Amino acid sequence: MSIQPLIMASDNIDFMIHGLFSYNVLGHEVWITTSHVCILIVMLLLIGFAFAANRTFAKADALAAPSGFQNALELIIELLSKMVEGSMGNAAPRYFNYLGTIFLFILLSNISGLLGLRPPTADYGTTLPLAIITFCLIHFAQFKHNSLKSIWVDMCSPLPPWLPIWFPINLISECAVPVSLSLRLFANVLSGTVIMALVYGLLSTIAIAWPSVLHIYFDLFSGAIQTYVFTMLTMTYISQQLGDSK
Amino acid sequence: MGITGQDLILACSAIGAGLAVIAGIGPGIGQGIAAGHAAAAVGRNPGAQGQIMSTMLLGQAVAETTGLYGLLVAMLLLFVKPLVG
Repeated sequence: MSIQPLIMASDNIDFMIHGLFSYNVLGHEVWITTSHVCILIVMLLLIGFAFAANRTFAKADALAAPSGFQNALELIIELLSKMVEGSMGNAAPRYFNYLGTIFLFILLSNISGLLGLRPPTADYGTTLPLAIITFCLIHFAQFKHNSLKSIWVDMCSPLPPWLPIWFPINLISECAVPVSLSLRLFANVLSGTVIMALVYGLLSTIAIAWPSVLHIYFDLFSGAIQTYVFTMLTMTYISQQLGDSK
Repeated sequence: MGITGQDLILACSAIGAGLAVIAGIGPGIGQGIAAGHAAAAVGRNPGAQGQIMSTMLLGQAVAETTGLYGLLVAMLLLFVKPLVG
């Protein structure tokens, strides 16, 4: 008579990214991984959602009261635009497209753990490009709304501009922005993924129904908070550069 | 049973991973302070609850980053094993 052990051997745990197939690009071996597949699924869901939303609004009667799907869409758009307007003021319409897109993409990526996917944002290859796009946008706004002289004064900021001792330190702190943005999102989602993998891998004999509570916390709550934080920090950094023109 | 150099590195990596997640203490204290002050602020001004909540969550998420760096170091030590040659 053998009793099944409560805690399984450690080789049941699986939360790594797997390569599905490889191909050669210029002599380098490049892998299509599970992250690519999960991103594609998330993207297809979002594109389908966008087409459905477009059709709904194209057919909508402007005078009648909205109902059903259109109600939900208007709620989402209103929440997003209220969030963007709250922290960016007049500049909100210019950046709303980008901010709304990354909000929906990161949110759906984070909660795709509920669909049985490995969240694409638990891969540093996904979060770093998002942070680099944000970084480029921050500096686009900086050069658009400030003169070169005021940028130089700002980069030497605690000391007068003819004494640029502080310049390298400010440069490093500028470059730390995309790193900390991407690592924050990546590490949060990864920690949830790892804990869920540990629960299902090690405690698989008693993992009945109660892990759903953990799913609510790690996938829904934490995912939504991190989405909000990423978008909010992007907005804060951009509106810092807008200065008085805001 | 002899202990090879690789075993020693793995054992020390495990100890190092354990030490790295001690970094979780700092964000814990910081988030607690932020939540406490947010509760006090809501007590003084219940009308501003929504704004206080969002500011608190943003500050807590930023404070959490240092703890997550510790977690990342622990994960790298345990699963990527950069020290094993």
